[in-house]
Amino acid sequence: MVGQAEKIEAVAERLGARAGGGRSLWADARRRFLRNRAAMAGLAILVFVALFALCGGFFAQWSNEELDYMVMGQVAELGGPSLETGHYFGTDDLGRDLFARTVQGTQISLAVGVIGALIACVFGTVYGATAGYVGGRTDGIMMRLVDIFMAVPYMFVLILLLVMYGRSITILFIGVGMISWMEMARIVRGQTLSLKGREFIEAAQATGVPGPVIIARHVVPNLLGVIAVYATLLVPLMILTESFISFLGLGVQEPLTSLGALISEGAGTIAYGTMWQLGFPLLFFVLTLFGFFFVGDGLRDALDPKDR
Amino acid sequence: MSPLLSVRDLSVTFPIRRPGDMPWTRPRGLRAVNGVDFDLEPGRTLGVVGESGCGKSTLARALIRMVPATGRATWRGETDLMALTPSAMKRYRSEIQMVFQDPLASLDPRMTLGQIIAEPLRTHRPDLSGAERRTRVAEMMERVGLLPQMINRYPHEFSGGQCQRIGIARALVVEPKLLICDEPVSALDVSIQAQVVELLRELQRDLGLAMIFIAHDLSVVRHISDEVMVLYLGRVMEAAPKEDLYAAPRHPYTQALMSAVPIPDPAAERTKRIIPLKGDLPSPMDPPSGCVFRTRCVRAAADCSEKVPRPGDEAHRVACLHPGPVREEERAGAAPA
Repeated sequence: MVGQAEKIEAVAERLGARAGGGRSLWADARRRFLRNRAAMAGLAILVFVALFALCGGFFAQWSNEELDYMVMGQVAELGGPSLETGHYFGTDDLGRDLFARTVQGTQISLAVGVIGALIACVFGTVYGATAGYVGGRTDGIMMRLVDIFMAVPYMFVLILLLVMYGRSITILFIGVGMISWMEMARIVRGQTLSLKGREFIEAAQATGVPGPVIIARHVVPNLLGVIAVYATLLVPLMILTESFISFLGLGVQEPLTSLGALISEGAGTIAYGTMWQLGFPLLFFVLTLFGFFFVGDGLRDALDPKDR
Repeated sequence: MSPLLSVRDLSVTFPIRRPGDMPWTRPRGLRAVNGVDFDLEPGRTLGVVGESGCGKSTLARALIRMVPATGRATWRGETDLMALTPSAMKRYRSEIQMVFQDPLASLDPRMTLGQIIAEPLRTHRPDLSGAERRTRVAEMMERVGLLPQMINRYPHEFSGGQCQRIGIARALVVEPKLLICDEPVSALDVSIQAQVVELLRELQRDLGLAMIFIAHDLSVVRHISDEVMVLYLGRVMEAAPKEDLYAAPRHPYTQALMSAVPIPDPAAERTKRIIPLKGDLPSPMDPPSGCVFRTRCVRAAADCSEKVPRPGDEAHRVACLHPGPVREEERAGAAPA
């Protein structure tokens, strides 16, 4: 009997030890994400690209504005990638260091992508969750407005904006943010509608929790998974949009540059035997996109295991 | 003493649009609850029974103003809950709390148990400090039989019975006067059902709660209720003190329901006769004329399709033109179980 009592106590202690903190759905998702090899590879790539963008400048021997008069005019012969000249990635057509330019271009592209996606997330989530939660006529008006905006060819509007207000990076941020929130709003609204029918929302309403608090406390936290997934998939789209605009020659202005602008320049000189001018920016561009897509896929699988 | 809640002529009508209707056509009305009356004294329990789709849950939602309703619901003899504006209603929401049918679905999966139980307190008692709130939550958890170390766990880590305890704790933490239980045990295993029903009875005794207990299980309702109300297609068929209703049901619908309750004695169960209900529940979109139950009633006569039976005012109310105990020929026509 005594032995048994001890055993029971031991079991109780073990139960108590594990009872401290619960396993939240987030913790579960983290575990699934960490086990996903492709996603972890994507994350490693992203960390590498981010470190490159942040710290690459310390390793550059040339600034991005300096012209190397030694290679000017003979870029194809002398401007190739080399450790001796300090141009690790070679130089561009004007003799500027491509390594420094790629670092800067990656910074700008990442910034456009992340900030564009952030604007989309914040605005789109608030808009979509409000429309979905309030419902009825408000919902109808809000979503028809989105439909109307979506029907406008955004690339055309963006180009027009850049032409009218000058080619500045601020306008680019605003333009990209403006077009990206709508898809987000739609997705969030749809998810909110399905959440609204759940009993725990009804329970909160029955208790008398005010609407805005329900949205902030119950709706949005349950949507965060969807939002996170969509945001990671949105970043590369934003980068692509910016690159396309820059490729057209409308995006960021010299001396600033972005991966899209660099690729555009590199593609222009492809016939003169300076492949590195296209290759290095393209490599970082592709790495970034792959990284984000893999992480996005991994997040989706981790946060919504029922989906597969 | 005036009753805690006095409901008169409560009706809920849902506008139904058929697919293909033009936006300007007036939607047809679906009467989910139709002229329900009842009184509830403090500390007593009203059981509400009926088939699926008879308006039990809608009645509960109408009382807490989750669906628009007409009629009167007088709270403590002074306030008509149905006439209040949404912001004025907020005060009364802490006095009337609800326990939901699906224990897991009624808890936010992203919140810990502590946060879930504290939510009504945060809404209705913003004056409480964080420490006071935690003490109250801890007290409530102990009361419903949850261990204190569970406070940081998430709903998906609990069983259905435990989730329902959390739901009960959340409802009771603001010290309500009336607890509406919408089929609180129908999603649980039978062994757990008994525990939860016992817990509810115990809490009711200790806290002097009034309860509206909705179920479709007659034996559970018999166990917990003081008074029982039988609904059919949104109308009250029969309402009486528990002893009366179970001993001598007078409405043919109640009699049919009672005859279907399993008897935990194989010998009696074998010889038991179930009074059959013919056909299916009619569509609530166009209920039968006169008595809504006549299409399935063994006792239906010619006048049943003309006159609408009204329940009287006495303690044992029956909405039937031909009330009375089960007749011999009905029993003879009944199929053996």
